[in-house]
Amino acid sequence: MRELKMPLSDAVIRGLKVGDPILLSGVMLTGRDAAHKWMADTFVNRKRKPTADDLATYEAIKPLMAGGAIYHCGPVVAGLDTRDYRFVAAGPTTSTREEPYQGDIMRHFNLKGVIGKGGMGKRTLAACQEVPGVYLHAIGGAATLIAETVTRVLAVYKLDFGVPEAMWVIEVKDFPAVVTMDSHGGSLHAKIEADSKAALERLLAA
Amino acid sequence: MADLTEDFVELIRRTSTDLPLDVETALVQAREREAPGSAARGAMESILQNVKLARQKSSPICQDTGTPIFYVRHPEGWSTRRLREQIRKAVAEATARAYLRPNAVDALTEKNSGDNLGDEAFPTIYFEEVEGDELVVDLMLKGGGCENVGAQYSLPNGALGAGRDLEGVRRVVLDAAQHAQGQGCAPGILGVAIGGDRGSSYHASKETLFRKLEDVNPDPALAALESRLSHEANQLGIGPMGFGGETTVLGVKMTGMHRLPASFFVTVSYMCWADRRRRMVVRGGDAVIE
Repeated sequence: MRELKMPLSDAVIRGLKVGDPILLSGVMLTGRDAAHKWMADTFVNRKRKPTADDLATYEAIKPLMAGGAIYHCGPVVAGLDTRDYRFVAAGPTTSTREEPYQGDIMRHFNLKGVIGKGGMGKRTLAACQEVPGVYLHAIGGAATLIAETVTRVLAVYKLDFGVPEAMWVIEVKDFPAVVTMDSHGGSLHAKIEADSKAALERLLAA
Repeated sequence: MADLTEDFVELIRRTSTDLPLDVETALVQAREREAPGSAARGAMESILQNVKLARQKSSPICQDTGTPIFYVRHPEGWSTRRLREQIRKAVAEATARAYLRPNAVDALTEKNSGDNLGDEAFPTIYFEEVEGDELVVDLMLKGGGCENVGAQYSLPNGALGAGRDLEGVRRVVLDAAQHAQGQGCAPGILGVAIGGDRGSSYHASKETLFRKLEDVNPDPALAALESRLSHEANQLGIGPMGFGGETTVLGVKMTGMHRLPASFFVTVSYMCWADRRRRMVVRGGDAVIE
């Protein structure tokens, strides 16, 4: 089990291979559908004019994203009324929905870690090779277990997106995941997809 | 009429935090089938640890507490209007107590209501009047990741060589399992409806997911196909979380429906391993959660 600390260096990323189990520690951000679309539309493709809040949020997340990781997660959060936030359940959501945006966002922010479940496609894999970066697969549904590794909630941005879609800044200790896409072009997901397709063809030929 | 709001809150808490025993047993068996040291084995270990911890801490098994789907079977004389009010109140309360994540998002304005109360279909509540004197409420929490990998086929399907018969059904169900990969949080359970129209077929495919994993279909032809499809889906090698491995599905549950002469739909609803379903029975003044 390799222990990784954020921010992540190029050398550390290049040393990771598909299949490596890791424990991640440090500060990272959550972000899913609304956050990815917002980052892509506002700052990467500049399709819309940023508001003052957009610009303030951008300045706040930039240093966290550089060399950092984004976690595809819509948590259950306690303490919403007192703002004494605590993650109660925080497993990964399906990452493939961010495929249209992820690669560009990695390049724009020098984002090195993408954490989620189900894996991602060719565009993200290409960005993993260039940036370099990795895709880290967390265990889907293991939400209470993963929430135990969230030691603190440091801030929240874009809470108007709703609790699941907001960008939560969290400190984690020994967050467990498996490298399933690496910076050398390796993807466990592409392999399982191809192998299962061949198995399906055999079953249907029988 | 009794106020069941607190009982509904408790039903939601139990459903969100306490995985049914038949599912947990199947997960333990699935862990044993994976090779020691493999990523699949590691995933199953984490899943089972999480199930125990969630139960112990009374905290959601999965953060995606999904669409709450209630099936209410009531004797004559109950007010469905008042039951609906109580269920909606309970859903908002369970959200405030962090048993549920606020999940109701207006598709047009993008606003999350914050309390899980959306339109008439969110939470989803079905009522049916039945004989006898027991009120029976089944609740399912159906997460979005697995909902997204559901599929509906219109037979015949030339590309898959699927005609309008059980062999055709077999072919499209295997195709759906392969397309789902690990995205719906494998190992999952496939609920399959054969027939109906597009709407009723989806509805029935979800309803089959209330059946316990060990239960055997009363129709011998469907029982045989359920068992064959479980076995064959596991030969796809997708495995837990899509990491590769022995267990891709925990089970397949099927039902036949009537259809129009022109239509032959096969609908597959995918339920993630966090198969959260519970029943509450109200008898006299007492509510018992099974």
